[in-house]
Amino acid sequence: MAGNKRLVINSAWCKGCGICAAFCPKGALELVDEKVRRKEDTECILCGMCELRCPDYAIYIEEKDDEEARNQWVMSY
Amino acid sequence: MVNRGDVKPKNKQMSNLVYKYMRPEHLPHIWCPGCGNGIIMRDVAQAIENLGLSRNNTIIVSGIGCSSRAAGYLDFNTIHTTHGRAIAFATGIKLANPSLEVIVIAGDGDISAIGGNHLIHAARRNIGITVVVMNNNIYGMTGGQYSPTTPKGAFGTTAPYGNLDRSFDIAGLAYGAGASFSARGSAYHVQQTINIIQEGIRHDGFSLIDVASVCPTYFGRKNKSGSAVDMLKWQRDNMIPAEKAEKMSPEELKGKLVLGILHQTQYTEFTYAYERLIKRLYEEREANE
Repeated sequence: MAGNKRLVINSAWCKGCGICAAFCPKGALELVDEKVRRKEDTECILCGMCELRCPDYAIYIEEKDDEEARNQWVMSY
Repeated sequence: MVNRGDVKPKNKQMSNLVYKYMRPEHLPHIWCPGCGNGIIMRDVAQAIENLGLSRNNTIIVSGIGCSSRAAGYLDFNTIHTTHGRAIAFATGIKLANPSLEVIVIAGDGDISAIGGNHLIHAARRNIGITVVVMNNNIYGMTGGQYSPTTPKGAFGTTAPYGNLDRSFDIAGLAYGAGASFSARGSAYHVQQTINIIQEGIRHDGFSLIDVASVCPTYFGRKNKSGSAVDMLKWQRDNMIPAEKAEKMSPEELKGKLVLGILHQTQYTEFTYAYERLIKRLYEEREANE
């Protein structure tokens, strides 16, 4: 995982529909016990296709400065 | 508006878009695994983010049904109205304050069956609201009864031997009723749908976006369409961009859906015409006094 981006999976929200795994261009996701997981020995290019099609918002790309942006935004809310 | 910064949980795992435009305390939503509505709700939030609309000036109106729960999850000024009447409420809101951005989120049964008359007359009137239809071809919440958009021959709980009626093309219906913007998106074509919703919101006049959703629980199971993934793959393989569809014959387009802005034109927007009328009458009255 290069740069300041990373893939985040929120298992608590995942309903195991498998859409992200099916449409991942690198085949880097798999379902284990109806929850999505990063497949070992595969490359994630952080394209965000999973985030676009996840109906449950359980998988997304996070940027390093996201937290700061969020805090700032909360204060201006 | 209340300070929601205190209410929203800060440490939960979610993207900034979800955090900003949704109510995380109500998530995860109640939609079934693989339901297309979640994807489309995110499209709407992304379109609003891209346009930079203020949360205070944006109203989300919804009726009753699976799709209409979106008004509970989106963190704007929202109103969850009676079955089929979302457009009627939206018309009132828009007329009371034309500077507001009014977005209606409704399902196919909500908008084209129970609220069918509201749809055609709002389209004819060309009032400046945006209607996003989450079209899953069935009544999902009540248990899979066939809706006006269920294709002919498809199965539902109330159509165990196949639906006899022909289906409504909601985008075409809105066009026929005089909508100045009608378009179709899909749960699979996320980027295109976000762009179309953006165009629809930006459009001055009535805009209708018919977004093909997927209902793996009822429509998928009754029609043996497979899982949500298979249904999204169907959309990928059977939806044709509007530019390409123009060059194709009706035979080639049979069984396919056209994706994109199908029709866009410019008429006088209703609230503008109404304000102009009021102004004229005031001026006439003053001149007569």
